[in-house]
Amino acid sequence: MIVVENLNVCFGHGKARNHAVRDVNFTVEKGESFGLVGESGSGKSTVLNCISGLLTHWTGRMEIDGVRLKQKRNIAFCRKVQMVFQDPYGSLHPRHTIDRTLKEPVKINRLGDANHRVARVLDEVGLGAKFRFRFPHQLSGGQRQRVALARALILNPEVVLLDEPTSALDVSIQAEVLNLLQDLRREKQLTYILVSHDLAVVSHMCDTLLVMNRGKAVETITRSQLKSGVIKEKYTKQLLVAGKGYDRTAIDLFQDFR
Amino acid sequence: MTGNTSLLTVKDLSVVFSSFKGDVCAVNNISFSMGREKLGIVGESGSGKSVTGRAVLRLLPPYARVRASEISLRGKNLLDFSEKQMRKIRGMEISMVMQDPKYSLNPVRTVGEQIREAYTIHHKAGKKQARQKALDMLNAVRIRNPEQVYDLYPHEVSGGMGQRIMIAMMLIPEPSLLIADEPTSALDVTVQLQVLAILDDLVSERGMGLMFISHDLELVASFCDRVIIMYGGQIMEVLDAGNLHKSNHPYTKGLLSCLPKIDGTQDRLPTLVRDDAWLKPAPGLFSGGAAS
Amino acid sequence: MMTNKTLKTGRMREWLRADTPDSAFQAWSGRAYLGLLRFMKNRLAVLGLLIIVALIVIAVLAPVIAPYDPVETDIGNRLQPLSFTHYLGTDEMGRDIFSRIVFGSRLTLYIISLVAIIAAPVGILVGTVAGYFGGIVDTVLMRITDIFLAFPKLILALAFVSALGPGIENAVIAISITSWPPYARIARAETITIRNCDFIKAVRLQGAGALRIITGHIMPLCLPSLIIRVTLDMAGIILTAAGLGFLGLGAQPPTPEWGAMTAGGRTYIIDHWWLISMPGTAIFIVSLAFNLLGDGLREVLDPRSDN
Repeated sequence: MIVVENLNVCFGHGKARNHAVRDVNFTVEKGESFGLVGESGSGKSTVLNCISGLLTHWTGRMEIDGVRLKQKRNIAFCRKVQMVFQDPYGSLHPRHTIDRTLKEPVKINRLGDANHRVARVLDEVGLGAKFRFRFPHQLSGGQRQRVALARALILNPEVVLLDEPTSALDVSIQAEVLNLLQDLRREKQLTYILVSHDLAVVSHMCDTLLVMNRGKAVETITRSQLKSGVIKEKYTKQLLVAGKGYDRTAIDLFQDFR
Repeated sequence: MTGNTSLLTVKDLSVVFSSFKGDVCAVNNISFSMGREKLGIVGESGSGKSVTGRAVLRLLPPYARVRASEISLRGKNLLDFSEKQMRKIRGMEISMVMQDPKYSLNPVRTVGEQIREAYTIHHKAGKKQARQKALDMLNAVRIRNPEQVYDLYPHEVSGGMGQRIMIAMMLIPEPSLLIADEPTSALDVTVQLQVLAILDDLVSERGMGLMFISHDLELVASFCDRVIIMYGGQIMEVLDAGNLHKSNHPYTKGLLSCLPKIDGTQDRLPTLVRDDAWLKPAPGLFSGGAAS
Repeated sequence: MMTNKTLKTGRMREWLRADTPDSAFQAWSGRAYLGLLRFMKNRLAVLGLLIIVALIVIAVLAPVIAPYDPVETDIGNRLQPLSFTHYLGTDEMGRDIFSRIVFGSRLTLYIISLVAIIAAPVGILVGTVAGYFGGIVDTVLMRITDIFLAFPKLILALAFVSALGPGIENAVIAISITSWPPYARIARAETITIRNCDFIKAVRLQGAGALRIITGHIMPLCLPSLIIRVTLDMAGIILTAAGLGFLGLGAQPPTPEWGAMTAGGRTYIIDHWWLISMPGTAIFIVSLAFNLLGDGLREVLDPRSDN
């Protein structure tokens, strides 16, 4: 479904040149949930921005459903691929009601039947009609993420890109949102690419994951490998140990993988 | 190492914020005490944990009404202190490290100057002596080239280094209690643990108390000696860190079970069903007349 | 005992404060209501607003309020001091100063509305387009803005007037041309901050074009700072128009424009101080009112205070 080959992204020139993504390759099957894991600066969000078309200065080859992607996207792409952002407080326009935010993609893509679509998608994400005319600042973080999800789903995409969708949420709300994501994927046979720094979240949600460090792909592993601990790369092992909590002896052995 | 001699005692602390839509009770009648140990205060957003930390230092905005029967540091009741006396306490006796060094370090002054200033506020010292102290402190937080880092500006250092600088700044006057409000939440997981290791060492070397405020239950359980769990402005439970997983309180158990785990199944995560019965009713909200 | 009126206002208040509005209209009304409540807390700002409302009322009802015709001369009655027949005295042509000030309020309103209507939209358009597109578009638009910013208002007005002749409309054009650049700057600064926000990325991913993004998403967020700036500028615009009038470049006699009146009273300042100080006080009060209003609006319209 999704093929990424030799993806490279560079920012800046000369001394300030930042090779943010170096020769990244991976494939995602249809209906699969694929994870991109790494710490800050690993390039995982940059990869997602390239796939979505928000970033145009990349080189390499990317395909969605057999169709080769160009630097700029056309409007048909929006019907296929949508994205949910990390910050629930920044991803909704502060002056638009939820109704307006959800109707906008319908209007832009001239789909018609806006009211019905909005009501249906609000139901699907577990928010009732009573939220329709609220403003974002009147919603909690979890509710805002549900609206962001509703907005992504209203165009009935096949692929949803999730950029740290629950990092800014409380743990109990995170559980609800993760459950919702799983349910929706099953119902609508969606394909997910989930970016996160949290190994536990990624392992819960995804079957295969790509570990990234400083723009490079470290290794691709499966969930069962994570569970059993059979991991090749030292970096991944260190991430795994770090996710387990404070262990003084382990911390003293941490290395700097640059 | 659980301290028996009480370093900080808080009794019946309540904090009410007045807003357009009415009064909001952020902290509702809580009491706890801590010694020279690592005490974790855990809660979700809105639980009142950050407000508690700031109430101890009297760092809340003027529209917050704080009332308590006692907030004492080593026996001295801070509620009786004037603002001038509190200024002496802040930094010297109780220090605070906050979440994001980007926002808590002054962007237009070098890092070294800020650490030096933290020292000279509370100790009379010449410029050279203060500079040396600052360099020593940078060493203590394991910054490899303190002379170089001394002249850097906050935007030129990484997040982890920024937090270490913050810790250096806060510990240089040698307080007896450090309040850390989500000190590592903005950092990567490996850097988080490295910074905590530094904090751990410094706190035990100096025999300080550490109040570690966080939303990360597992982290607090593995790092601290004792844990206080807050919800809705009230204390749900106080336990030894090692006993966290044996807790019987429905909120604690609920929080622990809704965390995704690497060695868990991929089934639906149990969600927290909040029960209003966990919260004791708020006592009659007082009007004006705050004790501090 | 609840009267019908209290029941109605109570229900109205509930409707405005509803947590779950049923329509966009209700949502926006509720928001406006809360904003109004917040605004009313600032007594000085309310005072400023009342003065401006009074100005508008006086302008509308000028023929009713003014006891005398503002342009009819009565040389026999010239230079009369304040009295019960002429509240603010008469000027050197025997015209009642109070009536002239009342009718002059219309001109003041005319000038500031025209300037606001011309300068603000031009500024916001240039600023948002420059900020959104960046690159060469930004550079070209900003250099044009800089050129206009370089002209001091009065000097440009002098140039205009010598080219086109004196008169209120030309004064208005001259003031507008020098007023829009700061608005463009403000709009551009806001746009640059906003264009990197996630909600803009999201709407781009939905296929929105630049026009929709600029008009529907960016401009509404620029409005608060712009409204505040325009309100605070009003004082300056009034003074500039008055200055032009003072130089004889704005309204021509016998039009009762406040600036021209102040100019005309110059020579009589010692023995007949009311000729210059009455219109001068009017200018002062209205400028102050706009400043107070602008400060009050700033507290209400700042988007950060939403949380």
